[in-house]
Amino acid sequence: MVALLLAGCGGPAAGADRTLTVFAAASLTDVFTDLGEQLEADDPGLDVRFTFAGSSALATQLAQGAPADVFAPANEQQMAVVADAGLLAGEPAVVAANVLEIAVPAGNPGDVTGLADFADPELTLAVCAREVPCGAAAEDVFAAAGITARPDTEEEDVRAALTKVQLGEVDAALVYATDVRAAGPDVEGIAFPEADGAVNEYPIGVLADAPAPEAARAFVDLVRSPAGRQALADAGFRTP
Amino acid sequence: MSRRLRDGGVPAPLLVPAAVAVAFLVLPLVGLVVRAPWSEIGPQLAREQVGEALRLSLVSATAATALSLVLGVPLAWVLARSRIRGRAVLRALVTVPLVLPPVVGGVALFLVLGRTGLLGGPLYEHLGVSIPFTTTAVVIAETFVAMPFLVISVEGALRAADARFEDAAATLGANRWTTFRRVTLPLVAPGIAAGAVLCWARALGEFGATITFAGNFPGTTQTMPLAVYLALQSDPEAAIALSLVLLGVSLATLLLLRDRWLGRAAA
Repeated sequence: MVALLLAGCGGPAAGADRTLTVFAAASLTDVFTDLGEQLEADDPGLDVRFTFAGSSALATQLAQGAPADVFAPANEQQMAVVADAGLLAGEPAVVAANVLEIAVPAGNPGDVTGLADFADPELTLAVCAREVPCGAAAEDVFAAAGITARPDTEEEDVRAALTKVQLGEVDAALVYATDVRAAGPDVEGIAFPEADGAVNEYPIGVLADAPAPEAARAFVDLVRSPAGRQALADAGFRTP
Repeated sequence: MSRRLRDGGVPAPLLVPAAVAVAFLVLPLVGLVVRAPWSEIGPQLAREQVGEALRLSLVSATAATALSLVLGVPLAWVLARSRIRGRAVLRALVTVPLVLPPVVGGVALFLVLGRTGLLGGPLYEHLGVSIPFTTTAVVIAETFVAMPFLVISVEGALRAADARFEDAAATLGANRWTTFRRVTLPLVAPGIAAGAVLCWARALGEFGATITFAGNFPGTTQTMPLAVYLALQSDPEAAIALSLVLLGVSLATLLLLRDRWLGRAAA
């Protein structure tokens, strides 16, 4: 039932035969939109369309038969779901990685210095709920660092956690480095060494039933090119 | 019920869309029941976190309803009976939460009661009191969203009630407060009950304002709707089981109270 619901809201409009459809993780929105415009500029007549959403929702849509050319989820598990269903042409390539960072309001009113501060009951702290990927990653780094976190709220997604920082309602939240970068001047990021214990890798792959396989390969090549890697790095991703 | 004469007389043009409406509203609930992993419901309910969420939901919805009664009934009286200026504007303002996206409500609550908010800022600086991420915040968020339902119901009841009883009481020497307590309140009691149940049900289902303003922490701020939403991210079967519990609680309450009113109204 859930799968049907999700499938119902996706799907590109049929039309020109020169349409490239990319299903990508929401965190790739800014970078991929820019790269898509670049590809359109290089190849007049090509229309690049994106569906940005949570990776698991996208994987579900693909499994339900949503027509797409490229899939770029935010972790290997969701790519594996699509690959195991036989929907992938060839092997996916990892193009980026995201790590957790501590987000604090501008000026750092809580004087947060590192991951250990998440054990401080005096601070107001947000993490992601363990049901969503950023929460699972947070659990991993806390476990690896031997820290018993004392959060005040477990947010439903990473952007919700970030919002609480932007509003100044929490002293710190654990979010992705790219989210800190995207948040602008209201938010400061504090990198911490334990983040290496939970690195999210972003694979990209061309789908087996891609209506526009050549354009799909061109897009993947662009993402993997020096320009693509630079764009990803500028957004706060680590690149291989 | 003495409606037998009318039963056969529903005009066909009404019957078909009405039947479609019933199917539209009830089928999703049927889907929930059909797809429910019945064998999992016992173990799901036994999970500590689910029990906590259910308890918190019931407690906070009840507190929000109590708060709405204390504040909302007087407000409804002002809207229905007083002659203050700008009443129409006031009515529009206090019913805005009915149509406001609850998430927006949550953000608005932050801007007033948050640590950096209009009232919350001084409260936090001088007294060290912080409202967000507490059970109090859950009750406040639910009250914000649910109270207009009560106000609208009670105001409607007051408008429908015969004001001559109140006039008579006044003529007999009762002051306004006595008239309100001894005449008006009993007169609109069924309307207040209806509004309270609607308010309670809305508070029980509140999601957007709660997750925004109160956050989500098991035992403190995680109510059932939040638990359902999060379960859906990782374990859809569990989400269905939890949804069913919430549906059962809501339905049982509505049915239970409905019987009580009908009994009273018929008597």
